Amino acid sequence: MDLSFDFSVISKNITYFMIGSYPHGRLGGVALTLYLAVASCILSFLGGLFLGMLSVSKFRVIRYSATAVINAVRGIPLLMVIFWMYFLLPALMGRTMPESRTVIAALTIFTSAYMAEIVRAGIEGIPRGQTEAAISTGLHPWQAMFYIVLPQGLRNMVPSFVNQFVSLIKDTSLAFIVGVSELTHVATQINNRTMIYPAEIFFFIAVIYFIICYAFTSLSRWLEKRLTWQKAI
Amino acid sequence: MLNYDFDWAIITSGRYFEWLMAGVYTTVQLSVVSIVLAFLLGLIIAVMRMSHVSPIRWFAYAYLEFTRNTPLLVQIFFWYFGSYQVLPRFINEWLVTWNFEFAAAVIALTIYTSAFIAEDIRSGVRSIPREQMEAARSSGFTFLRSMQYIILPQAVRITIPPLINQFLNLTKNSSLAMTIGVAELTYQARQVESYTFKGYEAFTAATIVYLGMSLVIAALVNIYNRKVLATVKGR
Repeated sequence: MDLSFDFSVISKNITYFMIGSYPHGRLGGVALTLYLAVASCILSFLGGLFLGMLSVSKFRVIRYSATAVINAVRGIPLLMVIFWMYFLLPALMGRTMPESRTVIAALTIFTSAYMAEIVRAGIEGIPRGQTEAAISTGLHPWQAMFYIVLPQGLRNMVPSFVNQFVSLIKDTSLAFIVGVSELTHVATQINNRTMIYPAEIFFFIAVIYFIICYAFTSLSRWLEKRLTWQKAI
Repeated sequence: MLNYDFDWAIITSGRYFEWLMAGVYTTVQLSVVSIVLAFLLGLIIAVMRMSHVSPIRWFAYAYLEFTRNTPLLVQIFFWYFGSYQVLPRFINEWLVTWNFEFAAAVIALTIYTSAFIAEDIRSGVRSIPREQMEAARSSGFTFLRSMQYIILPQAVRITIPPLINQFLNLTKNSSLAMTIGVAELTYQARQVESYTFKGYEAFTAATIVYLGMSLVIAALVNIYNRKVLATVKGR
């Protein structure tokens, strides 16, 4: 064991860690990690909402096929989804895709399945009587869903959504595999160039990920407490 | 749309089939070794998290939060590239004589999964009534002995379904070991793709294997929930 760490490698490359070679080149590092996470979070929220509502549909065919899709995606590793997108997207679109789009597509599909489970649980957590009451006052089932069930259900889902966002931030590190220069990729580049500081470099980026993720984990816990407190009164 | 000649024969027999099967074997090996170690480590961390000695509790808390809030891939790279800086020399030498990539993957997967398992065990322990601990302590057991004989045997039984879920996550996460060159299923599928350009076939095969594992294990959890857990909770 050689416990003499030299963290000067971090301070020398700090801008590269944070924003990549931007503004002279491509955006990278922490900034790109956050961009990937936020973009796929918004898209997978919509995807999850859609899939989640399909999975509580009263039509059996729709319900079963939505559940099958959700379970299939949850049953395979994210890395597989990324490879599938990497091969399929260019073939389907008929042109090459930028790697970051490939990764956003893969993260969206993968996370939508998990979001859908959260949405389903949230919808099922609202008593059925509310939907029945809404329908009997003359609302269309869709109106009952959008004006009565979802507004209450979504509020309860917020902590789980935030947790899912944390997983998403961690999952963006897999973009490394198709060569998107987010934080983990930048770290491997610097590691390949400097050769002798791997522990410092990877510990440093672990701390960065930790700071971002822990902030959101704490937020989700705080929201959870606040929500139960509001329900109690 | 897709203009592609599928050739399934290439992956259902011969050399490439053997590669994929070797990958399945390595994936299972990696997952089983890691889940056993992660369970033991998770048990220790869970008990430390509930300890009455505050420094031990804080250490366990920091460990849990740090490992759960950093990406597995970064942890894999840390142990693979950085182990010679942080582990004692004799351990490194021993790991190199064995299979270093595999060992680094096992270390990272074990540490990452142990944090999730520790949280599962802790919530299992919470579902055991407090009075049992108090009764055990007042009849003369120490904290560790009451954990060992009274609380944990019951808690672990309740924790088994989430534990199996963690095993499932671990199997899926083990695909990340390909980044450091462990020849598991995803790595072999990629290998077949680069030798034959038959990417769709190779990744379909790998996807089916992962899906099959997930479905079988999920079915087992359902059976356990219905048969075993009903009797434990029904007492």
